[in-house]
Amino acid sequence: MEWEVVIGLEVHVQLATQSKIFSGASTAFGAAPNTQACAVDLAMPGTLPVPNEEAFRFAVMFGLAMNAEIGKRSVFERKNYFYPDLPKGYQTTQLEQPIVGEGQIEIHLEDGSSKTVRLHHAHLEEDAGKSLHEDFHGMSGIDLNRAGTPLIEIVSEPDMRSAAEAVAYLKKIHSIVTYLGISDGDMSQGSLRCDANVSVRLKGEEELGTRTEIKNLNSFRFIEKAIKVEAQRQIDLIEDGGKVVQETRLYDADKNETRSMRSKEVANDYRYFPCPDLLPVVLSDEYIEQVRGDLPELPDAKCARFEKEYGLSAYDADQLTQERSTANYFEQVAAKSGEAKLAANWVMGELAALLNREEKSIEQSPVNAEHLAGLIARIKDGTISSKIAKQVFEAMANGDGDADTVIEAKGLKQVSDTGAIEKLVDDVIAASSAQVENYRNADPDKRPKMMGFFVGQIMKASKGQANPQMINKVLKEKLDALL
Amino acid sequence: MHQLTIAEIIRGLRDKQFSSVELTSHYLERIQQLDNQFNSFITVTSEQALKEAAAADARLAQGDAPALCGVPVAHKDIFCTNGVRTSCGSKMLDNFVPPYDATVIDNFQRAGAISLGKTNMDEFAMGSSNETSFYGAVKNPWNVERIPGGSSGGSAAAVAALLAPGATATDTGGSIRQPAAMTGTTGLKPTYGRVSRWGMIAFASSLDQGGPITRTAEDATLMLSVMASPDAKDSTCLDRPVQDYTAHLNDSIAGLKIGVPSEYFGEGLDSEVGARVQDALKEYEKLGAELVEISLPHSKLAVPAYYVIAPAEASANLSRFDGVRYGYRCENPADLRDLYMRSRGEGFGEEVKRRILVGSYALSAGYYDAYYNKAQQVRRLIKQDFVDAFDKVDVIMGPTAPNPAFKLGEKNADPVAMYLEDIYTIATNLAGLPGMSIPCGFAHGLPVGLQIIGNYLDEARMLNVAHQFQQASDWHQQTAPAAE
Amino acid sequence: MAVDAQTIEKLAELARIAISEETIDEVSSRLGDVLQLVDQLQAVNTDGVEPMAHPLDEVQVLRQDAVTEPNQREAFLALAPQSEAGLYLVPKVID
Repeated sequence: MEWEVVIGLEVHVQLATQSKIFSGASTAFGAAPNTQACAVDLAMPGTLPVPNEEAFRFAVMFGLAMNAEIGKRSVFERKNYFYPDLPKGYQTTQLEQPIVGEGQIEIHLEDGSSKTVRLHHAHLEEDAGKSLHEDFHGMSGIDLNRAGTPLIEIVSEPDMRSAAEAVAYLKKIHSIVTYLGISDGDMSQGSLRCDANVSVRLKGEEELGTRTEIKNLNSFRFIEKAIKVEAQRQIDLIEDGGKVVQETRLYDADKNETRSMRSKEVANDYRYFPCPDLLPVVLSDEYIEQVRGDLPELPDAKCARFEKEYGLSAYDADQLTQERSTANYFEQVAAKSGEAKLAANWVMGELAALLNREEKSIEQSPVNAEHLAGLIARIKDGTISSKIAKQVFEAMANGDGDADTVIEAKGLKQVSDTGAIEKLVDDVIAASSAQVENYRNADPDKRPKMMGFFVGQIMKASKGQANPQMINKVLKEKLDALL
Repeated sequence: MHQLTIAEIIRGLRDKQFSSVELTSHYLERIQQLDNQFNSFITVTSEQALKEAAAADARLAQGDAPALCGVPVAHKDIFCTNGVRTSCGSKMLDNFVPPYDATVIDNFQRAGAISLGKTNMDEFAMGSSNETSFYGAVKNPWNVERIPGGSSGGSAAAVAALLAPGATATDTGGSIRQPAAMTGTTGLKPTYGRVSRWGMIAFASSLDQGGPITRTAEDATLMLSVMASPDAKDSTCLDRPVQDYTAHLNDSIAGLKIGVPSEYFGEGLDSEVGARVQDALKEYEKLGAELVEISLPHSKLAVPAYYVIAPAEASANLSRFDGVRYGYRCENPADLRDLYMRSRGEGFGEEVKRRILVGSYALSAGYYDAYYNKAQQVRRLIKQDFVDAFDKVDVIMGPTAPNPAFKLGEKNADPVAMYLEDIYTIATNLAGLPGMSIPCGFAHGLPVGLQIIGNYLDEARMLNVAHQFQQASDWHQQTAPAAE
Repeated sequence: MAVDAQTIEKLAELARIAISEETIDEVSSRLGDVLQLVDQLQAVNTDGVEPMAHPLDEVQVLRQDAVTEPNQREAFLALAPQSEAGLYLVPKVID
């Protein structure tokens, strides 16, 4: 039997507004508990919400980037339930008339293929506070700083068929929201969180299987693992004659398993109804067009431009445009060095490896775009070879200054002086009589291959600094002269 | 001094006939001496009032006096007052001292008014008799065995007993007009959104509206001019300039078209009450107005629609009272669920709990369409009745309440009978229209109210119409015997 | 028309309001009276009528994105039944 996994994602993205969605309290991360919870956030009696214009602008930007319909009339509703991190006893959210309607995006998979994922809708809502579980004499502590932080909840159709597709979709959402600058997308701080609806069915089957919802996934790695392990659990269950129960589950990363969240299962009846404290938000066509006009270049457009403008391969262009910061860095290096292909290779190669090793983002890169461009310029003008360039790069990464400073200080300048090269060649020929003899006796077709030995010896003697093109030229002349 | 109207007080203070400190002390003494009969105040802020009065006297002396400088008023205990306990008539908030002011309170302070204290009310404004208050029932100054109406019964009784020349109140289904009618006072509920709801503890957000209870229409004008304001803190507050309500008070009402809805004079209306309202309409004819018979065909659906919508909104509005951040918390909760269940079970009174349950029912899965949605559709039909009527008439008049003040305890056992008290007032809340009640005589020895319903934002005309009646009658000048 | 005890219990749970065994009959009979009153709505033909959540056809005015609220934690925490280390305390929250 061949199984098919069906996945739909609900992604919560915190919007990077200064103040909360319904109050003038700050949304800054990391403040002391309850110092950013004002009377409205605390649901003090008599307080009332007033929505934040910027949250709407951000949501419209997102909708436009997703090629989605924009809700010209959107309505907030109350979702009623009791929880200590929800001060009003209801969450103000959108249900029937969300700000963003149906849309779709292309996702790009590792194997180079792409796929369309449909957006069901996206709505604006407020985040809840946090329950802190460290022990206060057997009690929990409630911090309401996060309560009222604006979120967009992005609900996909169940269009994904593997954990890898789910991750690609989420990366695309991450890429879009960070490109738009509407969220910092920082998953470690909870700026982007995801619930996954997972079901399985036999391949070819039309009807969807019973789904479970895995709550609060907050890293790409966990999402992939959680979906895989949950899908397998469902398959095993069905193959053993069991039935999947529709329920909410939590992923336990330590045990790499999902478990039922029974506490959330008690008959939820959210009693949604339009929030009477808020009026319908009506957006004009002019407003929407103005927001559209102000949209920055998005990943897909940038990718196409990189291919065309810089002559990059589709793969390279895609890699470089997934993150806005990487794309910006690359463009600076390409512009300053005038060598787009070399710039692409360095950004995806040495630089990526360095950042990975040091667990740093590109904004924190120890080698800035200007320094990298300077290095590439020195490769291009023949001052150093690619091989030496790696040495210079490491030195720049260690804070030894720009490429020229490093090359000067370490004397890494490429030897291109004819006299010096001739001397190096002569010395090696003199010290390699056996190889010279072989060369002379060899079939002329095989001779070019045999030159490698001599080149290697000469480079070694020059500590890698001799100009390889010149070595080739002088060496060939000298060896041929011996024939 | 306590016989003076607000208009007379303003003149007296400016003419230095008396000082604000003298006046304020006089009212505070009256409250101390007389209010044990009526229970109209929950909290009296004597010290603060005298301090404010002294400051007002200083401003008056300097000639830098805002509109209500030095005028003592009382505030319904639903308006949050910075540093003064705001209970909303509930055990739930018995210990609640807000660190902020309602916009209405702010407006009165900026106008230089003195706050005498906080008036009693039905718990969370849910009631028509002022018997659901955690602080005990309020008694009607016209007959202390009778209710003063509700939910603003404390404000109405305080004004009727001359313990304050005016008081703030709120009206969700009749809570300003019905107690005004039963205590022989003048009460005004403005157009929805005219008065800010910021800091006014919510019962049903799409229906609640603050307004004044006074002794005359002229005083209502002075109070409303201060209460009404745009407010960026309340999304539902209208962002439009406040009319000059005093400018048209003395306009002639000759040619005024008064709509008289046949539905307001049918079964259930006490015949003496009906007769007094008819007398008032005749008086209006004498003043040159024309009576036009109209129909508001969906009138009888107002009470059922209201008792879905108001409890539905209330069920969510009152979820914040959970024993976590402020207010009542039960003793020794066993766990989180127990904390919620008992804090709310013990902190709320029976009527409040009943309405929360009804509201939860109307919104719950499977019932939403049949109840909540249906009620909101009927609400539109009710509004349309009024829109059609106002095509033909300038104001609508009828009784405020179907009967005069009833005996304490009389309708306690039957919530539905109590709900029908607001049969003539509820529709204007559903439609968002302004409404007033002014005294128009006595039935069974008790005051009767004439209801005046105005078109949207037509408060100035409504006040003009009320004032002209009061120029031609003296029902509003009658004072309750217990007030002497 | 009384509402059955099971419904009352469900509503009490949704609304987090403890109702004692002794009062449940009274609550159910009174709730039944209220529901009977509102059931008059069922007879009305409302086909094609748009539900009206607000009395006036106003639209929302949005607020500029600016931080305007200062930290008033101590004033608010002073109102709390139980707090510690800047946090509101509640019986253990179990996920």
